[in-house]
Amino acid sequence: MMRILATVKIALRALRRNKLRTLLTMLGMIIGVGAVIAMVSIGNGAKAQIEAQIASMGQNVVLVFSGSFSRGGARSGWGGAGTLTIDDSEAIQREIPGVVAISPESRTRAQIAAGNQNWNTSIQGEATEYFDIRQWPIVQGAAFTPQDVRNANKVAVIGKTVADQLFPGEDPIGQIIRIKNVPFIIVGMLSSKGLSVQGQDQDDLIIIPFTSAMKRVQRVTTLGSIIVQAAKPSLLSPVQDQITELLRQRHHITPGKDDDFTVRNQQEIAEMATAQSKTMTALLLGVAVISLVVGGIGIMNIMLVSVTERTREIGIRMAIGARGRDILLQFLVEAITLGVLGGIIGIGVGILASKTVAAQKGWPALIPPEWILYAFLFSAAVGIFFGFYPARKASRLDPIDALRYE
Amino acid sequence: MNAVIKLEDIHKVYHTGDVDVHAVRGVTTDIAPGEFVAIMGASGSGKSTLMNIIGCLDRPSKGNYLLDGTDASKLGRDALADIRNQKIGFIFQGFNLLSRTSALENVELPMLYGHRYLPGREQRARAVKALDLVGLADRAGHHPNQLSGGQQQRVAIARALVNEPSLLLADEPTGNLDSQTSIEIMGVFQKLNEQGITIVMVTHELDIARYTKRNLIMRDGKIVSDVPVTRRLNAESELANLRNAQQAVQLTV
Repeated sequence: MMRILATVKIALRALRRNKLRTLLTMLGMIIGVGAVIAMVSIGNGAKAQIEAQIASMGQNVVLVFSGSFSRGGARSGWGGAGTLTIDDSEAIQREIPGVVAISPESRTRAQIAAGNQNWNTSIQGEATEYFDIRQWPIVQGAAFTPQDVRNANKVAVIGKTVADQLFPGEDPIGQIIRIKNVPFIIVGMLSSKGLSVQGQDQDDLIIIPFTSAMKRVQRVTTLGSIIVQAAKPSLLSPVQDQITELLRQRHHITPGKDDDFTVRNQQEIAEMATAQSKTMTALLLGVAVISLVVGGIGIMNIMLVSVTERTREIGIRMAIGARGRDILLQFLVEAITLGVLGGIIGIGVGILASKTVAAQKGWPALIPPEWILYAFLFSAAVGIFFGFYPARKASRLDPIDALRYE
Repeated sequence: MNAVIKLEDIHKVYHTGDVDVHAVRGVTTDIAPGEFVAIMGASGSGKSTLMNIIGCLDRPSKGNYLLDGTDASKLGRDALADIRNQKIGFIFQGFNLLSRTSALENVELPMLYGHRYLPGREQRARAVKALDLVGLADRAGHHPNQLSGGQQQRVAIARALVNEPSLLLADEPTGNLDSQTSIEIMGVFQKLNEQGITIVMVTHELDIARYTKRNLIMRDGKIVSDVPVTRRLNAESELANLRNAQQAVQLTV
């Protein structure tokens, strides 16, 4: 034990003697570990932000869009074809187990007016359940009722942005807004959700009963889309499959023909949103690992030079009784110290870098503690792996040859 | 009395490429405790090879080497390292001190590789004692490049002594030193020998060999002459003579 401690001391002293060389050797590890930590935490921060935004879509949500991607000739885009009906929506609710809530949707954009103000915004026709599905509380007034939906009443719930634009400094509840010249009375105001994943203002909208939207605003008989909520995450896929099957049956689509609708579940949407950041993170992690290996080779290179340079010292130590394993340990400790010290500095650099980026992007800087441990262990492992060969070479020197070495 | 060193028909053959170099060809001799032996010979006579074998830095190709009763000719690398650490003190022509390391730390080095646990304070105390023995206690903090050749060799002697070996081996210890310093070093050796330490020394300088008690002369890998030193020089009186002569020169000038 005593011997090991003393050997460690010798190794550290040797490193201290060549400060610049030590620092340059460690640079590879510093950059590599720093890059790994920065990439992981930046990636995590981005992912956390995207996940928070996906969660704001609602829990366990399956989206059914009218129309299809793969209609020949001109494509209308999702919701454009108007292939979904209220009957479809009712059938889904009735026949598919695991569906806890459903909201038929009819969306459009329209110019709206209130008093002498006007504003162009998104008009969403929804069912009452929509507020629950999206977990979107009403801060003022109340949501419209199922009865409002049945009767296609002219009532509206508005988003924060619309309230700010049309009724600055006023209480919007009870006011009248005109959507395509149809007057609606405002019954509630939604809490603010902020920006979406794509950077859209999620508060810039008006929600009215979907029946009112179809009958009074858009004058259509079909739905643009349907939001379905499943009971738990594990049911997302089965519900999605069952909806597809049910709708194919209802729309009389023969096997081999394409769907005239699209079903997506929340996980898919989340995956799509995170796929890009994942690819980027994986790519940068790859680069970081390569730089760690390069750093390790740098350590090996310097250790080999060091062994050659200190051949005489090794000879002296052996002549006065150092065993091969003492010499091995001495050089191995030097290599490990290079790796670990570089790793520790790299962790610091990585944390600093990720905090800087996080501060700029407004993300949370999420540095997972286990990655700090991995980085530390990995840099120690790099030190051992790349330091072993030079150390072994040193330990196997013949004392006489080593003493004669000039 | 049991011999410290017992060499029985020692051979050493080096294989360098296609040629076999027969450096030592059958050396048989005993060295008893308390002896002070000089091994002499021209370069290529095999004296350094023999010294390496005695010093357990190398193993004989053939023959037996008993050091303090243990057969060192068949031991492994680690066991030889332990013998070098515990039983032998080695002194080199080129001093072989660690540069950028203080004299004291150089002297402490063998204790680092020892097997007995010594607390740091005791290590220091023993190193200081060893430096004191060679008259360098006041230079303990100096680095080798701040010391003269003679002082460096004294540090090396202190290092060789610190683990209290029974045998001191010196390979051309005065080869890099001027004559006065050489005599000083021989004075240190004579003093140590009087305290009972066995010393074996390789040299090619005849006058240096005269400070020892016994001269072995080697030629072509064999001992050709083994004689006790009859008119032995005493380092102290030689140094006194030298100083007187120098003073005389200064006076006449």
